[in-house]
Amino acid sequence: MTTERQSQINFHKIDEIMASYEYKKSNLIAILQQVQELYTYLPEDAMTFIGTKIEGLSPATVYGVATFYAQFSLEPKGKYKIKVCDGTACHVRGSMSVLNAVKTKLGLGEKRMTTEDGMFSLEIVSCLGACGLAPVVVINDKVYPQMTSDAIGIIIDTIIKEESN
Amino acid sequence: MTELNIDIQKEQERVKQEMSKQGLRVLVCTGTGCIANGSLKVIEKFKELGVNVSALTDYDKMTIVPTGCHGFCEQGVLVIIPVLHTAYVKVKEADVQEIYDSHIVKGVPVERLLYVDPNSGEHIYKSEEINFYAKQVRTALENCGHINAECLDEAISVHAYEALSNILKGNNPDKVIDEIEKSGLRGRGGGGFPTGTKWRFTAANKGGKSYVVCNGDEGDPGAFMDRSVMEGDPHKLLEGMAIAGFAVGADEAYIYVRAEYPLAIKRLKIAIEQAEKAGYLGKNIMGSDFSFTIHIKEGAGAFVCGEETALIASIEGERGMPRPKPPFPANKGLFGRPTLINNVETLANIPVIMRKGADWFAQMGTEKSKGTKTFALTGEVNNTGLIEVPMGTTLREIIFDIGGGIRDGKKFKAAQIGGPSGGCLTEEHLDLPMDYDTLRSVGAMVGSGGLVVMAEDTCIVEVARFFMNFTQHESCGKCVPCREGTKNMLKILERIVKGNGTMEDLDTLEELAHAVNDGSLCGLGKTAPNPVLSTLKYFRDEYIAHIRDKKCPAGVCTALKTYSIDPDLCKGCSKCARNCPAHAISGELKSPFVIDQEKCIKCGACISACPFKAIKQF
Repeated sequence: MTTERQSQINFHKIDEIMASYEYKKSNLIAILQQVQELYTYLPEDAMTFIGTKIEGLSPATVYGVATFYAQFSLEPKGKYKIKVCDGTACHVRGSMSVLNAVKTKLGLGEKRMTTEDGMFSLEIVSCLGACGLAPVVVINDKVYPQMTSDAIGIIIDTIIKEESN
Repeated sequence: MTELNIDIQKEQERVKQEMSKQGLRVLVCTGTGCIANGSLKVIEKFKELGVNVSALTDYDKMTIVPTGCHGFCEQGVLVIIPVLHTAYVKVKEADVQEIYDSHIVKGVPVERLLYVDPNSGEHIYKSEEINFYAKQVRTALENCGHINAECLDEAISVHAYEALSNILKGNNPDKVIDEIEKSGLRGRGGGGFPTGTKWRFTAANKGGKSYVVCNGDEGDPGAFMDRSVMEGDPHKLLEGMAIAGFAVGADEAYIYVRAEYPLAIKRLKIAIEQAEKAGYLGKNIMGSDFSFTIHIKEGAGAFVCGEETALIASIEGERGMPRPKPPFPANKGLFGRPTLINNVETLANIPVIMRKGADWFAQMGTEKSKGTKTFALTGEVNNTGLIEVPMGTTLREIIFDIGGGIRDGKKFKAAQIGGPSGGCLTEEHLDLPMDYDTLRSVGAMVGSGGLVVMAEDTCIVEVARFFMNFTQHESCGKCVPCREGTKNMLKILERIVKGNGTMEDLDTLEELAHAVNDGSLCGLGKTAPNPVLSTLKYFRDEYIAHIRDKKCPAGVCTALKTYSIDPDLCKGCSKCARNCPAHAISGELKSPFVIDQEKCIKCGACISACPFKAIKQF
């Protein structure tokens, strides 16, 4: 599946992104963010392209930056990105049971963080700054407050139902 | 004296006129928390009703003001109607019609939507009379929740750019630094370094290109004050940055914001555009010689970027790894130029200090920690949210007065302050004044102000493991003691919570803690052992219980739980056996069942299944 997606890389589009950031080395993170927005992850060819095109960078440097920051993913993400907050406040109020409920429900585990159909991917994030509503889950930028293992199950069911329609 | 082409007083007059036409102002919180609770729908509903203004007797109009965070996130959606002296909590879309019909039109408040004091059970009308707000003194957060954060005029109505205007008129950068020094303001991001001194160091390198960097990479889990300022009062932050730029001789600035804060980024972008258009930022501000441009840089998720040199590396587009100091950023920072780095909350204090004076600011707080500090109060307290109190307020006042005590009548056990770099405070510290130096003397720190309250049923060893897991994960890997040390400390803690620890492990933990502290370049490594050291100091018994007695006193650590069936209470109904996913329970019907400890996975399903409360967890 990865190779299939790789072959669809639009180098022209990536070049446009780099141009909008003036091919500047210091804008690398912003460029990578835009590319990830496009593909849900950073395809290897895209990183190589950026590393060769921008002066002062190499594919290795780009790879180094991409693997340093938690936001970047080298694997394709799901259509619905589920972020379970495990910041201190969420942890104290039971975020682990919410996380386990998501894992069990979607059959995800230690290594597998995206469902086979590419519908859901799961991330554990350290703090979303919505501590007053702990524990919090964010699905594609929508914040779900005061989650329980039952509530998150219902939310996922609703999404599955909407998708199948 | 420099002549300016914008008269801020006249602007304030104009705005006052404009705003008097708003009629009845209804403030609806649109912070991240309240949006999650549906505040956008509440606003829509109000707007629908607002069309029918003829129903209002005393006002010709109703204006719905979407505001920044009020701080009382747990009670969201918050709706405040200042002229009616009423604050409504937990408002849902369906409640809007009733508020409108009953209170706004007929003048009869909707009692069921008022805040109920958890201790007295009384209904409270005014927000300032709710205990959560009553003891607060707001400086950095003074406007959050009172103005529309996406409207420049509303910001002007609460004195935005007034201090900057006066400073530009006076045209004396040194005087600005003197004033900040005199105020005694110290860095609110965690370090507590005197802000005025930092400014003076940077100003000493005036002449060439200099930068101001605002650190909005609020990475401490459990802290969200910077997010609230950026979302709720962005112009105040921009003004603070411009004043700093003027004082140290910088004409360009960056705000580094976490990517996890999309709303803050959006509102800052709007505010920068508005301010530039109106002449409060950009070239020749208000007609003076001073020019100042602000850019936004989005972070990409790395806790270590909160460290100033790592943050600089990240703005430059590199891996966010700390650099050795010296050279300090004040001499050689962003792109090799002199750079002033301050945190969001620090900069938000600047316009207020410059407007009200250093003496006003310095009269609050303690001898060496002046002014107010925000704390993100979370965990097992009744009122969670964002608060701002004078430095030196005690933990007891914060938890029991403002926070309304511990949830569900549980007992207070500890408060973790300062996030993963901080330490634990216990019952003996409840009356300690919270300021930089006092907290440091007991092995904790103010840090960014994250304050997580833990009750008797929180396992301290598990919490230490949690923080170590976080710092180990976030260690950038540059310094070996931090990279390897935190990994080994985590391994030991994992062993202990699973009941496989040894007494020697405790000594090794302490030894490693000192090695990590001594051998790390930046604050992350230097402070990573703090949670372990402080919990070992105050809760050693609990570590020993895990190791020697194989017991978790709080009953949290799964591996150390034991379930057993009381034969006297068991009626032999077999319900537990049928509910056990591991088939670990067996027995004859109508005689007591037993749990096979070898097979038991300690999930607790049997406890909830038993109708006779015969199963106990130890």
